[in-house]
Amino acid sequence: MKTLYALYAEPDAAQRAVDTLRAASSELKFDPKQIVVVSGEPHEGYEFADEHATGSPYRWAVLGAAVGGTCGFLLTTLSQKSYPILTGGMSLTPAWTNGIIVYEMIMLGAILTTLVVLLVGARLPNFKGVITDPEISTGKILVGVVDPPENLQPELESRLRQAGASAVKQSGI
Amino acid sequence: MEKTAEQIEHDLLWPLFHTSGKYWIAVAFATSLLLAGVAAFGYQLYAGIGVWGLNSPVFWAFDITNFVFWIGISHAGTLISAILRLTNATWRRPVTRCAEAITVFSVLIGAIIPLCHIGRPWLGFWMIPYPNQRHIWPNFRSPLAWDFFAISTYLTGSTTFLYLPTIPDFAAVRDASNGLRRKIYGVLALGWQGTQRQWQRLEIAMHIMAIVIIPVAVSVHTIVSWDFAMTPVPMWHSSIFGPYFVAGAIFSGIAALILAMALLRKLLHLEEYLEPIHFENLGKLLLTMSLLWFYFTFAERLTAWYGNSPPEMAVFWESIRKQFAPLFWIMVFCNFIIPVPILAIKRLRTITGTAIASCTVVVGMWLERFLIVVPSLEHKFLPYSWGTYKPTWVEVTLMVSSFGFMLLLYLLFSKVVPMISIWELKVGLQPHFRVRTEPTAEHKRPRGRQGVALPGPLPTDVAE
Repeated sequence: MKTLYALYAEPDAAQRAVDTLRAASSELKFDPKQIVVVSGEPHEGYEFADEHATGSPYRWAVLGAAVGGTCGFLLTTLSQKSYPILTGGMSLTPAWTNGIIVYEMIMLGAILTTLVVLLVGARLPNFKGVITDPEISTGKILVGVVDPPENLQPELESRLRQAGASAVKQSGI
Repeated sequence: MEKTAEQIEHDLLWPLFHTSGKYWIAVAFATSLLLAGVAAFGYQLYAGIGVWGLNSPVFWAFDITNFVFWIGISHAGTLISAILRLTNATWRRPVTRCAEAITVFSVLIGAIIPLCHIGRPWLGFWMIPYPNQRHIWPNFRSPLAWDFFAISTYLTGSTTFLYLPTIPDFAAVRDASNGLRRKIYGVLALGWQGTQRQWQRLEIAMHIMAIVIIPVAVSVHTIVSWDFAMTPVPMWHSSIFGPYFVAGAIFSGIAALILAMALLRKLLHLEEYLEPIHFENLGKLLLTMSLLWFYFTFAERLTAWYGNSPPEMAVFWESIRKQFAPLFWIMVFCNFIIPVPILAIKRLRTITGTAIASCTVVVGMWLERFLIVVPSLEHKFLPYSWGTYKPTWVEVTLMVSSFGFMLLLYLLFSKVVPMISIWELKVGLQPHFRVRTEPTAEHKRPRGRQGVALPGPLPTDVAE
C-alpha cells in the first residue's frame, strides 16, 4: 500500500489539507475515501475527525445487552426446568435470584458486543500495512492519499504544499 | 513546565526501555513473597486443607477475608476511572491506567483465592454452568454461583477497559522499538494506525465501557456481600451489607491506588506526571470514603445494639469488648481516627500524608473484612456450636504472598505498558481541548494536563 502524505503541526492546517484534497478529488478523479488522516491523539471539533462519528456502537451495545440477557434467562430457566428438584412449594425458577444471573449476562453481552463493534468498526486487527511516520509521535498530523494514481502525484503534492506542508513524503514504495 | 508531545512520549516510554536497581530489588522482594505462598500452597495440596485453622463452625476465615479484601481493592480502578472519564475530570489522565491495572490484578487474585479455598482446585470447573454427568447444573439460587458470574463479568469488563485505551500506547511502543519487541508490540497494538475512524471508534467504545462498568463494579461487591447477607448468621443477615461492602471496597480501593501511585512515582521517576495535585484530589476522595465508612459502621453496630437480640449481642460484644476488641479498635484507628485528620488538614494532605493514611486504611480494611467473617461464625445462633479460630502459618503465608503477587504483577505490568496513558496526556495539551473544557474565566491562565496553571497565555486566536 503506497501513500503520498504530508505532516501538519496544527489541526487547522490538517483540516485545510483535507478540504483541499477533497475539493481536488472530483477534479483529479480519485475517490475521497482514499484520503487518510493519522494522528497520535484524537482531535475533537474538526470535520476531518467528526465525519467518522457514529451512534451505531451504542445501538449495538444495547442489542448485545438484550442478547446477553436472553441467554441468561434461558440458561437459568431451562436448566432449572430440566432438573425439577423438590422446592417445597417454592418457585422452581425464582425471578429474584435468576435476575442476578440475567443482570450479569446483560452486562457481559454489552461488554463483549462493544469490544467486537470496536474491532470491526476500527478495522482491527490489521497487520497488512501501517501508515505511520515518526513525526506523528511529536504531535504532527499526517494527511495523505492512499494508493494515488501515478499521474496525479505531482498535482497532489502541490495541493498538500498549498495547505501548509513543508515536505511531502511517500510510504510503502 | 508544560511538556511537549515528544517529551511526554519520551518520558513515559523511558521506563519500558530502562530499568533501575530499585525496580529489580522490588521485583525480587515481591517474587520471594510469592514463592513463599507457592510453597505454602504446595504443602496445603500435599497435606490437605486441614493445615488451615478452619474448623466447625468457622469454615471461612483468612481465605474469605482475603477474597473479599482483594475484590474490594479492585474497586479502585475501574470504578474510579469510569466515573472520572464520564465526568470528564481533566486531572484523571495520569491516574486512570494505574487504577485500571489495580482492578484487573486484584480481581484476578480475588478469583484465585476461592480455588485455594475449595481445597481441590482442579475441581474448580464445577462452577462453570454446564450439565455434568447427572445433568445437574450449578445452583443458580446460590450466592456462590452469583459470584462466579459477577466476577467473570467484572474481570472481562475491567480487562477490556484496561486494554482498549492501551492499544494506541502499544502502537507508540511499537513505533519506538525494533526487533522482537517491535513484533510483540505490533501484535498487541493489533495494527493500530491512529486514523480518525479508529480514534472515534475507540472513544465511543471507552464511553460505553465506562457506562457499563460502573453498575458491574457495584454489583460485584454487592454480590460478594450477599455471600454473607443471604446466610442466617448473627450480624450477617442484614440489608445494609450491600452498600456497606461497596463503600468499603471503594475506600480500600482508593487507598491502594494512592499507594500504587506513590510507588510508581519513585520507581519509574514519574514525579513530573504524578503530581501532588493528584494525591490531594484522591486524598479528598479517601477522606469522603472514610467518613462514609464510619457512618456505615456506626449504623450497622447501632442497629444491632438497639435490637438487643442475644445472638447478635454475643457477636457485638466479642468484637468490641472481648476476644476481638484489639483488632476492632485497631480497625477504627486505621480507618477513621488516623486518616481523617491527615486528610482533612490541607497541610498534611501531601504525597507522604496521603500515603501514610492509605497504609493505615489498607490494614484497617483487611481487619474489617476479618471482623465481619470470623466473630459471627464463632458465635452462631445456637451456643452449643460456638467455637474458636486461630490462623496457621499456612494461612498467614498465603495472605502475605497475595500482597507479593499483586506487587509482582503490578511491577511486571509497569515494564511492558506505559503506566500513564500517553495519548490521553497529549489530548490534554490541545489548546482546543482546554478552551472547550475549562471555565472561561480561567482562559487567561490556561490549565495544563493535570490542572496545573501553565506559564503562558493561550495563543491569541484560541483565547478569543
